[in-house]
Amino acid sequence: MPVTETRLLLKHADDPAYGIDLASYEKVGGYEMLKKAVGLKPEDIRTEIKNSGLRGRGGAGFPCGVKWDLVDRKSGKPIYLIVNCDESEPGTFKDRQLVHKDPHQLIEGVMISAFANNVALAFIYIREEMPKGAKILNQAIEEARAKGYVGANICGSSYSCDIIVHRGAGAYICGEETGLIESMEGKRAYPRIKPPFFPAVLGLYQCPTIVNNVETLCNVPHILRMGAAEYCKIGRNNNTGTRIWCVSGQVQRPGYYEVAGITFGQLLNDICGGPLPGRKFKAIVPGGGSSKILRYDEKFKGKKPDGTPHEFTFDEIPLDFDGIASAGSMSGSGAVIVMDDSVDIMEALANLVAFYAHESCGQCTPCREGSLWAKKMTHRMCGGEARERDLTTLYDMAGNIGGRTVCPMGFSTTWPVQSYIDKFRPEIEAKTRENRLGMSRDARLIEK
Amino acid sequence: MSDQPKDDGLITINLDGRDVRCRPGANIVDVAASAGVEIPHYCYHPKLTVSGNCRMCLVEMGMPGRDRATGKPMTNPDGSPLIQWMPGPAIACGTKAAPGMHIRTTSDVVKKCREGVQEFLLINHPLDCPICDQAGECRLQEFATGYGKGYSRFEEQKNVKPKRTQLGPRVTLDDERCILCSRCIRFSREIAKDDVLGFTERGSYSTLTCYPGKKLENNYSLNTVDICPVGALTSTDFRFKMRVWFLKQTPSIDTETSTGCNTEVWSREGKIYRITPRQNDAVNDTWMPDSGRELYKQVEAPTRLKSFLVRGQAASTADAIREATTLLKSGSVAIVGSGRASVEEQWVLKKIATALGGASVRLVSRVGQGDDLLVSADRNPNVRGALVTGLISKLPEQKLTDLAADIDAGRVKTLLVHGEDLTAAGLTEAQLAKVQIVALATQADAITAKAAVVLAGLTVFEKFGSFVNQQFRLQKFVRAVPGPDGAADDLVLLASLLANLTGVSTASTVDTVWTSIAAEVPLLKGLSFQAIEPTGVVLDGSSFAGLPFVEGKSLRYDPAAVTAVKAG
Repeated sequence: MPVTETRLLLKHADDPAYGIDLASYEKVGGYEMLKKAVGLKPEDIRTEIKNSGLRGRGGAGFPCGVKWDLVDRKSGKPIYLIVNCDESEPGTFKDRQLVHKDPHQLIEGVMISAFANNVALAFIYIREEMPKGAKILNQAIEEARAKGYVGANICGSSYSCDIIVHRGAGAYICGEETGLIESMEGKRAYPRIKPPFFPAVLGLYQCPTIVNNVETLCNVPHILRMGAAEYCKIGRNNNTGTRIWCVSGQVQRPGYYEVAGITFGQLLNDICGGPLPGRKFKAIVPGGGSSKILRYDEKFKGKKPDGTPHEFTFDEIPLDFDGIASAGSMSGSGAVIVMDDSVDIMEALANLVAFYAHESCGQCTPCREGSLWAKKMTHRMCGGEARERDLTTLYDMAGNIGGRTVCPMGFSTTWPVQSYIDKFRPEIEAKTRENRLGMSRDARLIEK
Repeated sequence: MSDQPKDDGLITINLDGRDVRCRPGANIVDVAASAGVEIPHYCYHPKLTVSGNCRMCLVEMGMPGRDRATGKPMTNPDGSPLIQWMPGPAIACGTKAAPGMHIRTTSDVVKKCREGVQEFLLINHPLDCPICDQAGECRLQEFATGYGKGYSRFEEQKNVKPKRTQLGPRVTLDDERCILCSRCIRFSREIAKDDVLGFTERGSYSTLTCYPGKKLENNYSLNTVDICPVGALTSTDFRFKMRVWFLKQTPSIDTETSTGCNTEVWSREGKIYRITPRQNDAVNDTWMPDSGRELYKQVEAPTRLKSFLVRGQAASTADAIREATTLLKSGSVAIVGSGRASVEEQWVLKKIATALGGASVRLVSRVGQGDDLLVSADRNPNVRGALVTGLISKLPEQKLTDLAADIDAGRVKTLLVHGEDLTAAGLTEAQLAKVQIVALATQADAITAKAAVVLAGLTVFEKFGSFVNQQFRLQKFVRAVPGPDGAADDLVLLASLLANLTGVSTASTVDTVWTSIAAEVPLLKGLSFQAIEPTGVVLDGSSFAGLPFVEGKSLRYDPAAVTAVKAG
């Protein structure tokens, strides 16, 4: 049987007859779940989401229900819900599809989640580079407001909540939730220190705040429709529901694919059609630029559910949170970047590191200085001035960044640098030897 | 560990294997410092909000484990509490002390963290130390020595940034040296309430600058220079003048207002190079106004009096004192004292007034706009000293109209003036022409020009003494530099006058003057100059509560609360 997509969130998105207007969405049962939700108790909806096992689709995979449980509901302050639509991790383009092609699904998810958490004002933080998405969302919100799905007395109930679309100004760091909150408050997007600024307690305007990814919230109406138990049947235990994977790079059919319960091999070989003619897969970045790279020819060691050790190939990696984690990387934002044997891995690393150097917010020392150092060093290495000691320095220096920064983005330099070197050391070493001049730049100048 | 006495409200944390008592919620950097353990840091400042950006203070932190199911404390096999260590290092400046908390500051992980951060901070930092003003008081330099690798692995080009930006009239910025700790930004926002500084650009190219169209020109701008941990923000006045390790530090008091900011005077070979704040959490925290830092310039001002004068002619000290005594003895004397004089000088002046048969004593007030921070409305540093010593019994006035009337009526024929320009206090040329003036002053002005006798005195930087500030806090200052040849200590001059008037030799040093002060002034009973703490002694000012003092609420002063303070 051919491997196929399991389209839940994207069910209608690519249907030519399906529009982004409210009528199209209502025709397929849209906003029915919101009507139902406002008749339920908020805590019952929260329980349902918790039971569904829904995990955050933005990167960390934190269980959505648990995140909602952490919210400080006793502070007497308003609770805010922010939809993180900054989608800035290299290789990620799933949220863009959901916003551009089915905006009302997101709005319904936002409204149900807002109701479930007693939120009276929700925000959609959309990145600067998605002007069309912002326009679509604003139009959709206006339509929904006219029909009583957003605004005062939603679906005739006593519950009121509005949505504000807030456009970012274009920075990777705005995807980090506390950086995003600072940006929304009109400041530089410097992530906040935790403790004490956990969003669930001291978030936007120092009020309890929930920050959820677009894809995460788009799941909410479906969970309500299907019921948590039925939803859990999609995917594996602890990895429930579908995930949209953004496949880019050297495959026959790059694109976004919503799947559940398949392996990495099935995604790349069956759904994406395998490598380009005459090429072979070499390396895969499984979860966005910052995740650790995997070799296609690698053998991974793991344990079966019964505890017996077993080896598995890249193709056999279960395509979900825990599956990719068991291979030593992470599913992150679901961005799969495929590299085949035509790729120079050192150049790929230099390219990626340049991104993180450019996007480091500059607040804290290790990431600010380390990412640019890594960029300067890798570019010099690619430019024919590599030295043998460079690899040791680069590897060790990168290790001084991750885990020592204000936000988790420090790992965005550490993980790629260290994993590229770990997995492809002979190739990179060969390149440094081939490029090595055997003398310092100063010595060359003297020689001339 | 487990049996903590609860009476003092303190808790016990474990610092590198040693139990340390501290306040719950205390900042770990401060707790360690008070236990004698240095946790290196750049961005953290005890008087500013925690920003946690430098990452130099990373430590290992653990808490006693609790069983999730039962909630009971978990223990090791030997019965000691099981410590669950955080998987990664935590910033000490963002960590608040909690009971049973364990901190490691010397582990390999911490050492590696510090080496890493130190290396990162240095890679783009220029090797300016030989020409950098901060050398000698530079944290980057100190911590590089204390916690760095000792060598550089950086082989790339360093970033290039603006080298000398004038942020304002008094502060020059070298952006290449800036480690982006944001202390200056937080100070401007939180303390000076003048939000003018920020970063532009991103990542390692981040650059400190003023907002467009704004300048760092508030009266507290030089505090950013003090708290800058590196040589990025420099004082335009002090820049390139002197190596700090050559300078001697002397504790002093800012004389520009009744706030009485505690200061440090930095001098070498009799010359003052700069004034910086001295920490006193009850008065000025770690701050002082820019205006107070300029005061050392009066030492070498062109108007400085450097010789005694009798009717315009240079005279010896003995001649001048003799002439002054003769004038005072001729009768009909009025005294104009000074709110800038020390407690000791005011006390001797009061004795002179008594010796003259109860000559009238007035002070000239100086009132300006208070800034609610460290510049109070009363621009005299020691009006309360004059009240406490009994030199005056009511608050000074801006215009000496009754003195003018006394002169016009011929009731006053001689004036003893201590450092005040009476033309500013409303006396006319004609009125001044009717009296003989004995002026004790440091700077030439309209009064010294007209005085029959001019006694050249010393500035606050050249003598010992004490002031009573707006909180009725008695604070002392110490001589930093000797005065110019030809000038003499005000206290000695006043004591000589007193001795001549009474015929009895009298005390003329602060220590000996304090013997009579301690015996005769009720509020200062039992005190001595030596007994005044570096942070001052609070007096009971409640007996003066009815006076209409001009100061409003400011950083560490609340007019309403002051009378409630008891002597301590």
